[in-house]
Amino acid sequence: MDWFDDSALTLAVFLPLLGAVAVAVLPKERDGLIRGAALSFTALALLAGVGMLARFDYEAGAAMQFEVARSWIPSIGAGYHVGVDGIALPLLVLSLLLSLLCVVYSWKILPEPRNPKAFLALLLLLETGMNGTFVALDLVLFFVFWETVLIPMYFMIAVWGGARRDYASIKFILYTLIGSVVMLLGFLALWLRSSDEAAGRTFDILALQELGAARFGGTFGTIVFAAVALGFAVKVPVWPFHTWLPDAHTEAPTVGSVLLAGILLKMGTYGFVRIALPILPEAARTWAPVIGVLGAIAIVYGALCCLAQRDVKRLIAYSSVGHMGFVMLGIATLTPVGINAAVFGMVAHGVITGMLFFLAGSMHERYHTRDIVELGGGMATLMPRLAGVFTLACIASLGLPGLAGFWGEILALLAAWNPAPGLSVPLFRTLAVVGLLGTLLTAGYFLWLIQRVNLGRVPDRWGGKALGDMAPLEVAAWSPLIVLMVALGFVPGLILWLTSPSVTGWFTDLFTLAST
Amino acid sequence: MAIDFHAILPELVLAGTALLVLVVDLFVERAKVVASWLSIAGTVVAGVALASLVGGGTRSTFGGSFVVDNYALLFKGLFLGSLLLVLLMSQRYINAGTAYQGEFYFLVLSSFVGMLLMPSSRDLLMLFLSLEIVSATGFIAAGFRKSDARGNEGALKFLLIGVLSTAVMLFGMSLVYGFTGSLQLGIIAERLAQLGDEPAAVMAVFLVITGFAFKVSAAPFHFWAPDTYEGSPVPVAAYLSVASKAAGFAGLLQVTFVAFPSYARYWAPAFAVLAAITMLLGNVIALAQTNIVRLLAYSSVAQAGYMLVPFAAGSSADPAVREEAFQAVLVYLLIYAFTNLGAFAVVTLVSQRQPSNLITDYAGLARRSPALGMAMTAFLFSLAGIPPAAGWYAKFVIFKSAINGDTLTLQLLVVFMAVMTVVALFYYAGVARSLWLGTPPEGAPELAAPRVSPALGTAIALSAAGVLVLGVLPNLLVQYAPVSTLVAGP
Repeated sequence: MDWFDDSALTLAVFLPLLGAVAVAVLPKERDGLIRGAALSFTALALLAGVGMLARFDYEAGAAMQFEVARSWIPSIGAGYHVGVDGIALPLLVLSLLLSLLCVVYSWKILPEPRNPKAFLALLLLLETGMNGTFVALDLVLFFVFWETVLIPMYFMIAVWGGARRDYASIKFILYTLIGSVVMLLGFLALWLRSSDEAAGRTFDILALQELGAARFGGTFGTIVFAAVALGFAVKVPVWPFHTWLPDAHTEAPTVGSVLLAGILLKMGTYGFVRIALPILPEAARTWAPVIGVLGAIAIVYGALCCLAQRDVKRLIAYSSVGHMGFVMLGIATLTPVGINAAVFGMVAHGVITGMLFFLAGSMHERYHTRDIVELGGGMATLMPRLAGVFTLACIASLGLPGLAGFWGEILALLAAWNPAPGLSVPLFRTLAVVGLLGTLLTAGYFLWLIQRVNLGRVPDRWGGKALGDMAPLEVAAWSPLIVLMVALGFVPGLILWLTSPSVTGWFTDLFTLAST
Repeated sequence: MAIDFHAILPELVLAGTALLVLVVDLFVERAKVVASWLSIAGTVVAGVALASLVGGGTRSTFGGSFVVDNYALLFKGLFLGSLLLVLLMSQRYINAGTAYQGEFYFLVLSSFVGMLLMPSSRDLLMLFLSLEIVSATGFIAAGFRKSDARGNEGALKFLLIGVLSTAVMLFGMSLVYGFTGSLQLGIIAERLAQLGDEPAAVMAVFLVITGFAFKVSAAPFHFWAPDTYEGSPVPVAAYLSVASKAAGFAGLLQVTFVAFPSYARYWAPAFAVLAAITMLLGNVIALAQTNIVRLLAYSSVAQAGYMLVPFAAGSSADPAVREEAFQAVLVYLLIYAFTNLGAFAVVTLVSQRQPSNLITDYAGLARRSPALGMAMTAFLFSLAGIPPAAGWYAKFVIFKSAINGDTLTLQLLVVFMAVMTVVALFYYAGVARSLWLGTPPEGAPELAAPRVSPALGTAIALSAAGVLVLGVLPNLLVQYAPVSTLVAGP
């Protein structure tokens, strides 16, 4: 199985790209063939991911596995260096899974102007960018994959989006680009300082981590952390850089929203965990209180905004701001518990919010509106199964114990109660309390949402209309997510088992022992 | 003194082709397209001649004024590649508009002879001569649409400003000669270093640089560019914006890094200011354009601004930094050439059917021809610098070279450039969006494959393939940049 270990990551990243090329060259009339190609390439990529889960050495989760290091652009010292550890693997598999489910979902349901060929080609290109970001171990490679998602997502929103798609798409791409060019400048600064000799400089993430604590301290580290973190923070998005998110999520087509919320946001938080924290630990400690405070603000702010929304999709979009606030709070504690919570929160949010956006899309397909007041309630009577899944996803999202959303939040709060040595305990405990208030608000708006959408009498305007409950295609696309929502809730070890050795391996030394 | 004819073979072939085209055209009555094929054949032969020089070490002739080294070969390759694309673009465009085919190809070929001479020129006189060959033929080619008022205006502006800049440059060169007693770039560098801080010599250096700043359309010397590009035949605008700009940069690199390195502490900060103004004006004015050629003109002004950034690192004490800055300009030029020629090839195609060149003409282009839409999208995002199109790498090396300089000025400049990149994306993405989403104008003509000239189609396909392949594997081309060893320590 050596060939598999050497090529698994490359397959997982580039099979979708191959699929995109195949879809692009197939003639438009061969609709079935196009869909078939998209499905098989994403399925094969997922198969590579499952194979990696099977062959992953869980004991040695801290080490990079399935690693490939080849020369790529020798003239600037950038390499094709990829690998996964226990932090990257769950996110990679989540990305592979959600992409496949999105292809399945798009089989029948595609907004105007339809054109499945172009849509699927973009989706596959997007998948390559997302997968690549989670496995890249070279800053230049990371940057290229990071930016590769921009064009497909831009067109997905601009072509297949809602009424305000023009505004939302350009806002998305400009916001992200300003973040990422500043991030790139940060990467270049790291490269410059990685060695005094021109020949010894490197873009390799692992090599930079080795150097990290010793070389990148002081003012230099503080500034570079700010530059790099700005790029990540726009993507997450951290309050107050979040304003592109409600527009982009609301206007994007269903599949676009699912991938935006499910994967693209995680690229930002993953960047913190993979790059910003390990390479710049000293600066991370300086900035941790700021990140923590912004995270806590996002939790409360997101929840308050949700209370004021009438559009179901916009509400879910704002709920993402809050949930990513928990992830950022977990990261800011700089403790293994907090980082574990963050990774768990990322996966759980990807599963749950992906599911919620699917549901919002399907509701829109049926009602042709997403306005909570116009929906008027009674979905439980009209479409009991759809309403059941909707309820499940909502209570998972609000963090009910036994479902996936619970662990990320509770662990983040626990971590905030006991932040890493050297961080202000009173501040972080305050943040934990604020976060706790946020969970109450979250429960409030989700229960209110369920009440307004599911319960009550069916309004007259929907009476007698055959809206149709869950279709077989939807069952197929959603059941893996439903299973994961419950499974991760009951057995959080499924993720923590993977992440914990890596987190302990990477971060214990950085923030616990070396904090004198 | 024996002349090394092998060293000047590509130039000879191209000049011979130019004359041949002019004569053959006289005797051919109907099949005027023969001029185009003859030019293409001549370009290919010149390419073969160039290839025969690769790996042959440095050759020098005419008493050291003409040198063929790796730096020169790289630029000559770039120019011949651009010439091929321009010729392919011109074929049906010029065919449709005019009976003066032979003259057109003669002008284009002559202009490229000047460009090929430029990177080999190692004394001020040769630099001046090659620059003037490029410009003088450019003036006429720009006014090729005689009956068009805009064409006349553009060409006249180009001529007046071009002559003014030449005069300024010549004045500077004569002063430099007066101070150093030599025209050879290498000797000038030595004597200027001995001379020390002589205010009049500094002024002379600035006069020479200003002359080149006109050629590369750096703000505030850029005013001619949009009007001239708009008035010219589109293929001429393409070569003015790419090849003639590249020739200007070749000359600029030679005078700054080779002849005037000892005055870098004066010119490097000036380039920082020049780069900032050029990026700002180019990008901000491009935002307001409604004509695609003017948009590309202002975009090419902005692109010149990015390419000026590494010059600001020219005063670094570290030779490695200077070398990297030098190479960054080369790499940017190589990638920019592919991208911009491709974009102009698409404009050529569309303007054959919709000659007004309005951006609104491009609405829904991708629906009329998805392949063309994809190619244009790739060019636009490459200009914007977003992967997987090649432009990201060009921007990356500029950022890297400036960061490498490690001074506050450069750091501020690079942050400014980052902001400008975002501004630029706004107008590139705006056109890209309208390609795919706009409603085609009433009565928009067909753009389907059978009606596209095969030569033009080849030009677009070649550039698009170049942009996408280089975006993923930049090393295929840029590995040749470091072989140019023109920059040595002062």
